[in-house]
Amino acid sequence: MTKPQAISVTEPTGEEFPKEKYDELGKFIDGMETTKGALIEILHKAQNIFGYLPRDVQLFVARKLGIPGAEVFGVVSFYSYFTTKPRGKHTISCCMGTACYVRGADKIIERIKENLGIESNEITEDGLFTLKDVRCIGACGLAPVVMVDDKVYGRVKVEDVDDIINQYRK
Amino acid sequence: MEKMRMNVLVCGGTGCIASDSEKVAKNLEVIIKARGYDKEVSVVKTGCFGFCEQGPIVKIEPDNIFYVRVGAKDAKEIVDEHIIKGRKVERLLYKDPEDNKPISRQEDIQFYKKQLRVALRNCGFINPEDIYEYIAAGGYEALGKALTQMTRDEVVEEIKASGLRGRGGGGFPTGVKWEITKKQESDVKFIICNADEGDPGAFMDRSILEGDPHSVLEAMAIGGYAIGADKGIIYIRAEYPLAISRLNTAITQAREAGLLGKNLFGTDFSFDITIKYGAGAFVCGEETALINSCEGKRGEPNYKPPYPAQEGYWGHPTCVNNVETFANIPVIITKGSEWFSSIGTENSKGTKVFALAGKINNVGLVEVPMGVTLREIIYNIGGGIQGGRKFKAIQTGGPSGGVLTEKDLDTQIDYNSLLEVGSMMGSGGMIVMDETDNMVNIAKFYLEFTMDESCGRCTPCRIGTKRMYELLNKITSRKGTMADLDALKQLAYMVKDGSLCGLGQTAPNPVISTMKNFWNEYLNLIKDEDHPRGEGKYVPKNKIGMKS
Repeated sequence: MTKPQAISVTEPTGEEFPKEKYDELGKFIDGMETTKGALIEILHKAQNIFGYLPRDVQLFVARKLGIPGAEVFGVVSFYSYFTTKPRGKHTISCCMGTACYVRGADKIIERIKENLGIESNEITEDGLFTLKDVRCIGACGLAPVVMVDDKVYGRVKVEDVDDIINQYRK
Repeated sequence: MEKMRMNVLVCGGTGCIASDSEKVAKNLEVIIKARGYDKEVSVVKTGCFGFCEQGPIVKIEPDNIFYVRVGAKDAKEIVDEHIIKGRKVERLLYKDPEDNKPISRQEDIQFYKKQLRVALRNCGFINPEDIYEYIAAGGYEALGKALTQMTRDEVVEEIKASGLRGRGGGGFPTGVKWEITKKQESDVKFIICNADEGDPGAFMDRSILEGDPHSVLEAMAIGGYAIGADKGIIYIRAEYPLAISRLNTAITQAREAGLLGKNLFGTDFSFDITIKYGAGAFVCGEETALINSCEGKRGEPNYKPPYPAQEGYWGHPTCVNNVETFANIPVIITKGSEWFSSIGTENSKGTKVFALAGKINNVGLVEVPMGVTLREIIYNIGGGIQGGRKFKAIQTGGPSGGVLTEKDLDTQIDYNSLLEVGSMMGSGGMIVMDETDNMVNIAKFYLEFTMDESCGRCTPCRIGTKRMYELLNKITSRKGTMADLDALKQLAYMVKDGSLCGLGQTAPNPVISTMKNFWNEYLNLIKDEDHPRGEGKYVPKNKIGMKS
């Protein structure tokens, strides 16, 4: 089950981003024909630049567009594509679509969690991996499917999991 | 385009790319060039052939030879044996599972025999990144015909007469939707393509966009002309990078060719299309939620009426149609409504694409005329159940649908008959389950999905699905009682009756239909000393919402 994402308002925001990244985002927003209805598009861009959407970035977008921060957070927390936590170097996406599920994806993801010692949407301590459970990447013919970054592994067996992950440990 | 002696079609759909079809294409190209045949043999990356189980697929034209499970290493043999010497590579041919004989022609394979490809007509046939291949296959003819020979009313009438119904799941007559939007008096109208394919296990919209993006663009322009809109929006999942890139290529090419933009075909009709990205929310497939998301907001559904046709995108009349619906439009205009309505059943015309997956031998995308039976799909096209196990159930309609069992196998598939047997057409996902699957777990799986995806706007769905999930969890961990089963059933009908949009109203369907068909599996999980199996005496205190 996906845990809701939360942002703490009392804790320090953590990572400081270089000014260039904010400038890049600011430039993108300034270059738009209209910002009306463009919040999702802007957040896609922001996530591209920063890798995730921490509080500071959300507030930057809000100020730039002249809308309340709550409105931005409302959108960020609504869509599963947006994340408020930093991502690992590699993203392991385990397909939990129906076709993969009936072919044993639940056992695959359990093994991945065991191997990495994390739950879905968490990052390993060494910062190497993020685990995500995704809904159908459309390669149902190859079920069950695990995707590491952009590489798809099809017809995965529980015993293959460790080998796949170890390739990225080097 | 140069005239080629031979075309090597390599499947470039997401499924085949995942099993390295790009490397196959690359190797073929390199070897063909090395042998000096690159002036007469071309390698074409096409859209999805649909036979994903056997991917990557390579087809040689005009010899009409169909190779399956081609690896990067096989490229050399295909070039040296087939292309140069004209000898088939037997070991790469599809083998008939019954007698193990190799089959070389696509149309002789059981999987394709009963199929009729209308919406998928160009998938696996043309190069989706080349507008001229689409035009050579009759593309943009329908748009020309509509703009120059037909009035707006005639276009609407033609679509109405064809009997085409929305392929996204609702099944609302497309022509009627167009007529309502056309009747609205407004200077600004929009036509939106719903490409937010959220049903896990359904991938026909993605395959159409990847394999034949121009058919959707052309249809949107026809629709725009009919309803009086000059702007189109394609709302697509951000999870479909390949489809997005092919769409962008297609839009650029269409603009360059003057098939999108100002004064199309020399008429005063102008039309252009922009793309909006979703960000992962199942509920955005609902049209009012989709429009909210297009406006950059949370994708929560609105109360209807007003319908989008009256007040949609930024308050303007808006017509929302699904990808597969659009893919049917150009053919209806060129071949006529009579031809289209001759296919299918009384109340459901044309064909439907199904994504066949799960415990079945031939996983893939199939397009069949409405009215074929589930038995034909599972046993003829699908090649039966994996490992020779026994068929148990098939889930149609994804998380919104229900399970069908052995007794329903001879039901003719169309919108109405599926509703009658307790499921629905939905977007066309079909997940086959065998005797080893536990149906309570399947119901729990679907409910976890809808619970996750509930947008939280209305209470019955937000809290109801969560409570149902908790009950199912208790039952599957063998701690449930008869009272829990009763409460689950009661809740299911409450959520169904009380929710605001389609997601909530259909969320309990998997539970309701598995309870109906596999009650014993629920009972087997109950350990209840006070109430022996099947004799639950729990009487709910509050009877509101009880239906059964």
